[in-house]
Amino acid sequence: MATNHHAVLPDEPEKATLEGKNKVLGFWLFLGGETVLFGSLFATFIALRDQANGGPTSQALFDMNLVAVATLLLLTSSMTSVMATLALHKKDLKKIQLWLTITVLLGLGFLALEIYEFVHYVNEGLKMSTSAFSSAFYTLVGFHGAHVAFGICWIILLQLSATKKGLTVVTAPKFYLACLYWHFIDVVWVFIFTVVYLMGMIGGKVG
Amino acid sequence: MSAHASHAPNRSGLWDYLTTVDHKKIAILYLIAGGIFFLAGGLEALLIRLQLMYPELELIGAKTFNELITMHGTTMIFLAVMPIIFALMNAIVPLQIGARDVAFPFVNALGFWLFFFGGVLLNTSWFLGGAPDAGWTSYTTLALNQYSGSGVDFYVLGLQIAGLGTLIGGINFLVTIINMRAPGMTFMRMPMFTWSSFITSGLILFAFPAITVGLVLLMFDRLFGGNFFNPDAGGNVVIWEHLFWIFGHPEVYILILPAFGIISEVVSTFSRKRLFGYSSMVFATALIGFLGFMVWAHHMFTTGLGAIANTLFGLATMLIAVPTGIKIFNWLLTMWGGQIRFPTANLFAVGFIPTFTIGGMTGVMLAVPPADYQYHDSYFVVAHFHYVIVGGLVFGLFAGLYYWWPKMFGKMLNETIGKWNFWTFFIGFHLTFFPQHFLGLMGMPRRVFTYLKDQNLDMGNFISTIGAFGMTIGTILFLINVVVAAKSSKRAPADPWDGRSLEWAIPSPPPEYNFVQTPLVRGLDALWVEKMAGNKGMTPAEPLGDIHMPSPSFLPFLMSLGLFVAGYGFIYHNYVVVVIGMLFTLGCMFTRSVKDDPGYHIHEDELEEKGVKA
Repeated sequence: MATNHHAVLPDEPEKATLEGKNKVLGFWLFLGGETVLFGSLFATFIALRDQANGGPTSQALFDMNLVAVATLLLLTSSMTSVMATLALHKKDLKKIQLWLTITVLLGLGFLALEIYEFVHYVNEGLKMSTSAFSSAFYTLVGFHGAHVAFGICWIILLQLSATKKGLTVVTAPKFYLACLYWHFIDVVWVFIFTVVYLMGMIGGKVG
Repeated sequence: MSAHASHAPNRSGLWDYLTTVDHKKIAILYLIAGGIFFLAGGLEALLIRLQLMYPELELIGAKTFNELITMHGTTMIFLAVMPIIFALMNAIVPLQIGARDVAFPFVNALGFWLFFFGGVLLNTSWFLGGAPDAGWTSYTTLALNQYSGSGVDFYVLGLQIAGLGTLIGGINFLVTIINMRAPGMTFMRMPMFTWSSFITSGLILFAFPAITVGLVLLMFDRLFGGNFFNPDAGGNVVIWEHLFWIFGHPEVYILILPAFGIISEVVSTFSRKRLFGYSSMVFATALIGFLGFMVWAHHMFTTGLGAIANTLFGLATMLIAVPTGIKIFNWLLTMWGGQIRFPTANLFAVGFIPTFTIGGMTGVMLAVPPADYQYHDSYFVVAHFHYVIVGGLVFGLFAGLYYWWPKMFGKMLNETIGKWNFWTFFIGFHLTFFPQHFLGLMGMPRRVFTYLKDQNLDMGNFISTIGAFGMTIGTILFLINVVVAAKSSKRAPADPWDGRSLEWAIPSPPPEYNFVQTPLVRGLDALWVEKMAGNKGMTPAEPLGDIHMPSPSFLPFLMSLGLFVAGYGFIYHNYVVVVIGMLFTLGCMFTRSVKDDPGYHIHEDELEEKGVKA
């Protein structure tokens, strides 16, 4: 009945309790809703991406090197977050903390590049109010960036509180969900990289 | 375990309700708040009908009229009927599946408070510079700064906050129904109301993010100079229409499916028969939910999407008539040969069937694109959607309230007043909306604040307004009934209707842990199966033991309050207030994450057959 913190953790500790099972299922459903959210933002962006309104176009602005580095950082962080999940299944808190720290650092690097990128674009004359393209760009990519920022804060919070609470059937689902979330925002980035940047760099209108 | 408080925290009165995470009390909160918004929306409707009672009246004026129609629609959909649906889902679904609680009691409370504060924020617009006046659909460019005042900002922020609450409420019910069913309660043994709540929650999950995005884009356009809907800068107003209806069409199924569930329960109970064609009902509900996502553009036939798109969306829309027809026939065949009783709940259910069928038929008429060019934006459309939403959903909600009131509050509603309530509301409803079909066909556009005399519109409008008085009397009779029931000292029995599903196996109202022992479910209509086997109650699936309960918490209220404050910050362009409100909410989230809730235990010998106090 009661949780004994000193007992051996069960296998897959994130799903060992009913609360844990509920959280994992609920979070998957939440990610389903997030998919619709980003899908709507993507659809809006695709409809408006050629409407530069006389301001800078995507072809004029985007720099492959910067985006490639950002993508590398975020995709690597996706892998390290999976390493953290694997460590969770081995019930090794030290490894979890290590991998999550790397994940957070990579995420911070990505975020720094994105902030630099946005500042650079504003200086180039692409403001929120410049064109329909600029509004759609900043909203879609900014929504993703805000998700990354929230994820970083969340993971740091879990890491800090785990130093006190340890790895239990209460904290394990939290780690698991944070990694799931992180993985999801990486998947979203793959689509942003393709739809926003790659499609934005190749010539004029498509279709 | 020492970390667990062993006694229930002693809270009472208002503080109890502000901090509760008990689904039965949250149900009561939803019902009260939704009921108040229903009265506000009804009052707005009455003013609209008074203005239209005679031609060329100058009762309230055009500007106020626009605000009234916007707020009437928005309030009724988002703040009145959705919360009352959530009230019934909260009160009944956990009981029907034999659960002690929902999957996320804390999130459940948070969902309520978000809805509540969102609704309050929206309604304060009346006193802070004028209510939104761009229609409940808030089409751009009408809803942009150059044509609409700050009221639309209240619409955007209020609905955003309330919508978040609905979304997490939907996730909570999905997980509850998937993970928390009692032993033996397989999916194909779930009562129809639980099934329809399940599908509705799924629709909420996939439909609400679309309106979230739509509202964000509108907010960025209005507050931060975005150009999404500004054609001068390359924006596209049709994007709003798409996003709104990708949400908005599933939304009407979010509303009507729970009513279908209620009608199924009520008709079956009061016919003393198993629901006819149970599995086809489940299939039809799922199919309606699926098709509900495929038809949004039938609201946009006149937008100019082209003949192919219009044809496909028209056909998909007509297809929905098939599963809906299956449902209508199943209800009729459930009654066929049954021992039918007609308490108020069943009167509303039986009144629902022909009324909803009329609304469905006009829906098929509207699904024909060339014909729709004639009906579009006329009173025919107004008549159609009031037949499905009032004649369908509100009748269903009344049926559900009369049926489950004893379970929720432990008191019976008076049947004599109930019958007056039904007949005044039923006749008033048809008087109000039946003539509107013809007003529309004769060319009266919707959303006009007055009309010229001697255009054959006078009589129809006059009758329609008289009907609105009938619905008002019906609603007042319901309120009187609630007061009479609350004052009466007679307690409702556990099973007043000779019920069939699990909620009737426990006291009215149920104790906070619902089931002393989790029941073992041995078939569809779980309680009826035991009754037919000659058993006194359910067979327990577990031995008596301590019951673990989640602790009450004030955090859901505070989290929502933070967003409420931040909402005003956005509306008044005061970003210090935004930051304060947001930080407050994030701080509450931080507290929730760091501080584990050990809950408390109700000891085995404290368990008694005692209900929550309403």
